[in-house]
Amino acid sequence: MRTAAALVAVAVLLALPAVLNAYALTIFILILFYAFLAQAWNILGGYAGQLSVGHAAFVGVGGYTSAMLAAHWAVTPWLGMLVGAGLAAVLGAIIGYLGFRFGLRGFYFVLLTVAFAEVCRILVSNIDALGGALGLYITFTGDPRQFQFQDQRVYYYVALALTLLATGMAALIERRRFGIYLTAIRDDEGACEALGVDTFRYKMLAMVVSSFLTGLGGTFYAFYLFSLQPNTVFGIPLSVEIIIRPIIGGAGTLLGPILGSFILTPLAELSRQYFGQSGLHGAHLIVYGLLLVSVVLFLPHGAYPYLRRLFKRA
Amino acid sequence: MTEPDTASNRPPTLQAVPPLLLEVQSLSKRFGGLQAVKDLSFTVGEGEIVALIGPNGAGKTTAFALISGFLAPDTGRVTFRGRDLAGLKPHRVNALGVARTFQIMRPFPRLTVVRNVMIATLGHHPAPAEAERRARAVLAELSLADKADALAGSLTLAERKRLELARALGTEPALLLLDEVMSGLNEAETERILELVRAINRRGVAILLIEHVMRAVMSLAQRIVVLNHGERIAEGPPEAVAGDPKVIEAYLGNEDVAGAPA
Amino acid sequence: MAVGLTLIFGVMRVVNFAHGDMMVWGMYLAFVLATRAGIDPYLSFAFCAAALFVLGVAVQRGLVDRIVDAPHEMQILLMLGVALVLENLALAVFGPEPARIRSALARLTWEVGPLYVDVARLVTFVVAIVLTLALWLFLFRTELGRLIRASADNPYGARVIGADVRRIYAAAFGIGAACVGAAGALVAPILPFQPTTGLSLSVTSFNIVIIGGMGSLVGAFVGGLLVSVAESLGAVFLRPSLKELFSFGLLILILLLRPAGLFGRRAA
Repeated sequence: MRTAAALVAVAVLLALPAVLNAYALTIFILILFYAFLAQAWNILGGYAGQLSVGHAAFVGVGGYTSAMLAAHWAVTPWLGMLVGAGLAAVLGAIIGYLGFRFGLRGFYFVLLTVAFAEVCRILVSNIDALGGALGLYITFTGDPRQFQFQDQRVYYYVALALTLLATGMAALIERRRFGIYLTAIRDDEGACEALGVDTFRYKMLAMVVSSFLTGLGGTFYAFYLFSLQPNTVFGIPLSVEIIIRPIIGGAGTLLGPILGSFILTPLAELSRQYFGQSGLHGAHLIVYGLLLVSVVLFLPHGAYPYLRRLFKRA
Repeated sequence: MTEPDTASNRPPTLQAVPPLLLEVQSLSKRFGGLQAVKDLSFTVGEGEIVALIGPNGAGKTTAFALISGFLAPDTGRVTFRGRDLAGLKPHRVNALGVARTFQIMRPFPRLTVVRNVMIATLGHHPAPAEAERRARAVLAELSLADKADALAGSLTLAERKRLELARALGTEPALLLLDEVMSGLNEAETERILELVRAINRRGVAILLIEHVMRAVMSLAQRIVVLNHGERIAEGPPEAVAGDPKVIEAYLGNEDVAGAPA
Repeated sequence: MAVGLTLIFGVMRVVNFAHGDMMVWGMYLAFVLATRAGIDPYLSFAFCAAALFVLGVAVQRGLVDRIVDAPHEMQILLMLGVALVLENLALAVFGPEPARIRSALARLTWEVGPLYVDVARLVTFVVAIVLTLALWLFLFRTELGRLIRASADNPYGARVIGADVRRIYAAAFGIGAACVGAAGALVAPILPFQPTTGLSLSVTSFNIVIIGGMGSLVGAFVGGLLVSVAESLGAVFLRPSLKELFSFGLLILILLLRPAGLFGRRAA
């Protein structure tokens, strides 16, 4: 029953570009892109409960790597994407190692991730070889080998593919021992250890997978938006965008991040349109904050589990 | 404490001394100004039931933490099946065959009961389907089968105690460390857990338990080690310990002895 | 004279131990709002303190209180949400441009022998010490203060002796917020600020508290001194743009090496 529903959903998503106008298409591309990043974060933050508020760093590393490789060594971003993701995973491993080896949990871990992201941001802003504070610009060539497409719809399908990839990984993890362990680690690490679970190992694994996937997203970001600025791509606002979707949608669930993105991305766009004109910057962040508070208070498991319960009763 | 097995040395109340499972030697642990455990030594043999008793603050739970790898001792050694446990993390100690329960219970509240136990069974049975099967079997043995799919956070106190026990069992230990698994239970529930523990022991699992419920200790334990202020002040079969003046003195002034033997 | 600054931040963090860890960007950011009074901040700081006290209690009662028993992550997320709202509300109301309050005092300098002492910073320093003493007196000499410390050490025990833990938490939170309010007002003439300043301030204060140890007033004081010295040194040797880098780097180091701090009473 569930697989049938999933197949239908995917089919619909595949067919969508045919009926959407250009503007709606961009929205959907963003929805899917953020859903992808959200799902990647979900593996570490949702299932394993290790809240990272510095995931933007992985986007930045991934994006800058492939952009630099493309610009200086003519490496196709399709390859650069993997390299970038690999480097992001290395960074993730470092942060994970430091954090987990030194027993940083909860709030302290959050601080660590934020600190690392900010350090990256400041470093990159100050290194002229990487474009300094102004960042990197990518010349538009429309060449598919350079991960650029004339037709918006190709971007859509790439974003969709990424989302499916991340969701597939999460689904795989969810049903195996790895995933089950993660959910227990989230609840109580000490008890896990007493039951024979090597919590360090599994947390590291989650971190590396999560950061690798997020790093892939960096390349998409770079070659879709054609610019990389350290303040945007390593910054806390991006990290917030990444985490807000799975949290509102339902952290630790498979569809939560996707639902979250479908709800929040249009919302952000709308508020940007509506408020942006009157010069109210960041209004959508206020909405995010309010939503976050409301969800924590009233729907701690997120929107998706809530809806699921509602439909079960019906 | 292995003695040569001759007729003249064998204490009349014990059968043949079983092979050593756990050996605690001169264990010491200090926290700031407080000496929690001091020069503690005792052993547990295969299949034995040994009780660790003493007034509150005597260092019993600290001893458990030291044995199971949650704390590192300042001095002394813990050996399990001849293997030195020094520096091993708790999950490794568990893999070797030592399982512990916690005095303040720590179920995984957001997971179902069966999943709680699966965390334990997955250790030896990585395939989730098999792990689930075994988890359900353990739950059945502990009369929790009907609650298998309920959230662990929704269980009653007695059920949670049994869940704690089920989880520890799920790791297929050779030695089970039970930390006050009977506190807070009424007569019937206590009796039930007692029976369960006996049944587990009959299967060959050695038990080291911390308990304040004296009735349970007296009826279960083959040997008792008494701690006070982190030191061992007495050791022996239940009858001997019950009459030991040092033990009685240690408990005088403590109201937490429930049902001390006459 | 950066000591005064960091000292205040240390002090205000301490009070929140009664309630767990997560204090919050929002509270720190709130000072941005508070210091927009048109009055000379050296006079208005008391008002700012009071206003933020109210805000603090409101946040505590209305929000935090409900999730005291919730999993840790939820509390962190809640605070994150509050922080987002406060920071962006400031952004919306005040705009992103840096601001600075001119105070009559700021322009005075005092000649003490061969040194020129900046009066403004001196006043800040002195007030900071006074506040610290006041806080110390409060925590150690009054009934409520003792209760707060007791609740911090042992929430279960405190409930047992009949203390109304919720009220205590509210008071603690409120006092912490009040300190922030005062701090903000006092610091405003010296430091240019904008809505996004909140983060770097939070980092500084976290640095202080983690070094000095959560839950220790003495620790906060010492931590404040240490951190301000370190940061001053950093400012001397590094490019200004890298100063923030230094703060964050310091934070990472501190997190890794001594999460319990020098005087901390809680195990990390």
